[in-house]
Amino acid sequence: MVELNVNGHTVSVHSQPDAPLLWVIRDELGLTGTKFGCGVGMCGACTVHVEGRATRSCITPVGAVSGAKITTIEGLDPEGRHPLQTAWLELQVPQCGYCQSGMIMQAATLLKDYPNPTDQDINAAMAGSLCRCMTYVRIRRAIKLAAARMRGGTAHA
Amino acid sequence: MIRRIIMAIVAAAVVALVSLFILSWRPAIAQIKQPNALNFSAESIAHGEVLAAEGHCASCHTRPGGQPFAGGYGLSTPFGIIYGTNITPDPNTGIGRWSLTAFTRAMREGVARDGSHLYPAFPYYAYTKLTDTDIGALYAYVMTRTAVNATVPANTVPFPLNLRFFEEGWKILFFRRGGYSADTSKSQEWNRGAYLAEALSDCTGCHTPRNPLGAEETKRAYAGALVEGWIAPALTQANPSPLPWTQEELFSYLRTGVSPLHGATDATMTQVIRGALALPIVPDSDVQAIALYFRDMERPGAAPSNTEAIATEALASSKLGSEQEYDPDANLYAAACMSCHYNAGPVPLNPRPELALISDLRLYEPTNFIQVVLRGVSTTDGAQGLMMPAYASSLTDSEVARLAAYLRRTRTNLPPWGDVEDKVAAIRRQLPKPK
Repeated sequence: MVELNVNGHTVSVHSQPDAPLLWVIRDELGLTGTKFGCGVGMCGACTVHVEGRATRSCITPVGAVSGAKITTIEGLDPEGRHPLQTAWLELQVPQCGYCQSGMIMQAATLLKDYPNPTDQDINAAMAGSLCRCMTYVRIRRAIKLAAARMRGGTAHA
Repeated sequence: MIRRIIMAIVAAAVVALVSLFILSWRPAIAQIKQPNALNFSAESIAHGEVLAAEGHCASCHTRPGGQPFAGGYGLSTPFGIIYGTNITPDPNTGIGRWSLTAFTRAMREGVARDGSHLYPAFPYYAYTKLTDTDIGALYAYVMTRTAVNATVPANTVPFPLNLRFFEEGWKILFFRRGGYSADTSKSQEWNRGAYLAEALSDCTGCHTPRNPLGAEETKRAYAGALVEGWIAPALTQANPSPLPWTQEELFSYLRTGVSPLHGATDATMTQVIRGALALPIVPDSDVQAIALYFRDMERPGAAPSNTEAIATEALASSKLGSEQEYDPDANLYAAACMSCHYNAGPVPLNPRPELALISDLRLYEPTNFIQVVLRGVSTTDGAQGLMMPAYASSLTDSEVARLAAYLRRTRTNLPPWGDVEDKVAAIRRQLPKPK
């Protein structure tokens, strides 16, 4: 039994401590916004926040985050209107959409660290997040739009 | 003739053993009736609480997830696993029947109440330097904790090393009693730091190499050592960090487990920080004093003037891998590591340990790098709020070795490590098996 705080709710999960956090989130808690991509921490689709930091949940044993605060795409913003999410919609970023929850979670940590990211910062921090539809150009634009709104304090406009 | 020589050697050995056995004898100290009948001042208990935190007693005397001070943590030593004992005031399984005299003798001489010798895994060689007041306060604190009836597992030290009278020989060879003597040429703060580091926190216990008999090589104090599968880095001028440990950096590291220019803690040091020096009851001034003591040890002179250039160079290397480089190793790094470890500058961020600055890539062996990549860092390990996934299930031995070689090549100017893949395989074998 491992205790977690997922999106503000304390939950006790029955998975073994070495079960990947991703399986717990999707299969045990039913939060399917987080995706399974490669399963080896190389594509970013499974990215969630642990204590506010982007983390690959497919290679994080649930026992390693016992008691920690986990945020999934469902909990990033109570109304699903985080500046990244609104920018994503506005610029119609996704094509198939499979990678986007991981992309957005990774980008949220990037903007926390670097509120005004350069192209290079985006390339580097997002390099581990793959989009097989090649929407990278729109992803970069959306990150910059969200960043500008967050800096301007009009994030939820 | 040969027979005579052998007889003489055997006789000498027997005489030596018998003498050691006689010399090793210590009297039992009378049991006291009830620990809760003792009266301690609130001040003494509070002082003891701070000392017990700074001395991180719980790191050996509390098993992970266990009741405080009830023992059971297994310390891996070259001689076998030695389990921390129950030091709660339980009369049967703890130290509830120990008088202050018995407690003081254990701390100063490494002898249990019943007269048996303690292993130096319990660092009495450090605690012998503690003042009477501090030992009294520690006694007051532990004797007022909740008594827990808990028996700890038997040590796995094999025969004949488990014969406690041999410890007398160890003491004759390596142990010197005596209090802390202040260095009058140094400030009061420095001496406070030295006292805490040497008498209470036992920093040498991990950071000083040991001889084959398990005694610290005092001539190589703080030269670094292998502890439970990890390298405890040198704290002397041999420390591998390219940037000096300033008092500010040391304070931040010891207080929070992370500093911007030296990265985050892990492994056994976690307990020394999160279970000890990071606790709010420990005063900032004590952590500052320890920081000053080690700053002075690592860089006794003035800090080098080119620190800014070193930091700039390090941050420039942080960008490697973010362009189209057509280097499979750089691509592996970009996919697996860069999203967290990239730093834009001008200084690295605490949650993004800068690989060009931290010690892991600069040690003489890739041990710590391999350990952290395979195991990751759980939220209960390392610095508060920082974690890292475990790559054991995702990267092969050869991929971990490639990453190690690539980062050593691009983030440092040091010669490549040898046989990295074999070393990855060896460390992987030590990982806990999935259930």
